[in-house]
Amino acid sequence: MSEQAADPRSGEKRPAEARAAVPQSGDKQIKVTALREGTVIDHLVAGTALKVLTVLGIKFEGAVTIGLNLDSRKAGRKDIIKIEKREVTPEEVSRIALISPRASFSIIRDYQVVDKFTPTLPEQIENMIRCPNPSCVSTAPWMSTKFTVLRTDPIRVRCHYCERSLRKEEIELL
Amino acid sequence: MTSKATGTPVLAGRDLISMRDISREELLAFLDEASAFENYTHPILHGKVLGSLFFEPSTRTNLSFSSAMHRLGGNVIGFADAKVSSTAKGESLVDTIRVVENYCDIVLIRHPLEGAARLAAESTGLPVINAGDGTNQHPTQTLLDLYTIRQKRGRLDNLKIAFIGDLKYSRTVHSLIETLTHFDNEIFLVSPPTLRMPAEFLEELDARGTVYSEDEDFFSIASDVDILYTTRIQQERFPDAVEYEKVKNAYRIDRASIERIGGSVTVMHPLPRLQEISRDLDDYPGSAYFDQARNGVTVRKAVLSMLLGVSRE
Repeated sequence: MSEQAADPRSGEKRPAEARAAVPQSGDKQIKVTALREGTVIDHLVAGTALKVLTVLGIKFEGAVTIGLNLDSRKAGRKDIIKIEKREVTPEEVSRIALISPRASFSIIRDYQVVDKFTPTLPEQIENMIRCPNPSCVSTAPWMSTKFTVLRTDPIRVRCHYCERSLRKEEIELL
Repeated sequence: MTSKATGTPVLAGRDLISMRDISREELLAFLDEASAFENYTHPILHGKVLGSLFFEPSTRTNLSFSSAMHRLGGNVIGFADAKVSSTAKGESLVDTIRVVENYCDIVLIRHPLEGAARLAAESTGLPVINAGDGTNQHPTQTLLDLYTIRQKRGRLDNLKIAFIGDLKYSRTVHSLIETLTHFDNEIFLVSPPTLRMPAEFLEELDARGTVYSEDEDFFSIASDVDILYTTRIQQERFPDAVEYEKVKNAYRIDRASIERIGGSVTVMHPLPRLQEISRDLDDYPGSAYFDQARNGVTVRKAVLSMLLGVSRE
């Protein structure tokens, strides 16, 4: 489901999502309602959309549309989320990047894509990841956790305290 | 060990928490300077106090640091067992450090929790030395191992180094191997399948381009090895006592096995040993494990002086 909006610089107002149909196998397509205000998170690793929703919280003002295991030219399969009346914060973007490093974010205002970006992780991530090492001093309830990003794709982080390095599948968000 | 740019000691005022914090250049400069501390006993640390906080027992590290401090004229306060500290009364580590920093000039900490030394360092402006945090880091052990390798072989690169025994849990081996990736060596990893080097360390070797191989049989790799670094295989690592019995003697090094290898191999061990090094090796010229213990004091004298920013007279 790629963004079909007009170039935001053109000034032409076209519903960003009006033609945002999701190509499926064969000739069938899923029609998705246009988004007036909100965020589209595309190119999520297939199977991660529900986890991403937990990052964003469960209370939304507007509609939330989720596409799971859709065809993707780049990755074979992908998930996608459309959230009405909600723009993601930089912290949420970093958290989602930990789950799905190649996700793309489109911010929609008045049917226009006003910003589109892929996340970049900071060198240090604070208070986002739980260290799974029970002997790590950072597991004390009053402590902040801190991780250094060693690699982004595939993601690899190292605990600032116990120095254990974690693969993507070992990362548990706080 | 001074910065060429500023002329001040490179590690002055710094902490020594992890070997990952030390660059290759700093390491080499440290080892150069440390050699000047052999047999050096001037009281350059007179009036300085080491706060020695051992939240879990240690004999050699504790005594070695105390010896280093005393030999340079400094004093040592602290405890050797957390049962006698306020930790037993529920005082948090951070509070303990904030109190003890008023009593000393430099803090030494051993703690069962991994990352405790890093947290201690973030809690005080004093230099903090990690004397072991769980299974994570023990940087002065790595420094004394590197010091011993260079002392015995004259270099830190172009060596064939075999690590034998418990490669899964040994923080000594993990830290030494990772630090050796600064240099160009060939590494042999010999262990029972259940105690192989963890994948994350092998990935690190791959990423750094270090040449290594894994084997279960010591004698298949042993010829031409320069360094034989043996470790204790601890019974508590084996849920099945029968499995332990199978491997406990498989990596036992004795005079006969050294003669079978031939050459002039340097035998190292962090001590204490169980049965993995036979006592008939103690007078073998290549045995370096007691030299490691002696070098521990030399290296720790250098660490204390550098972190305190005190130069030799």
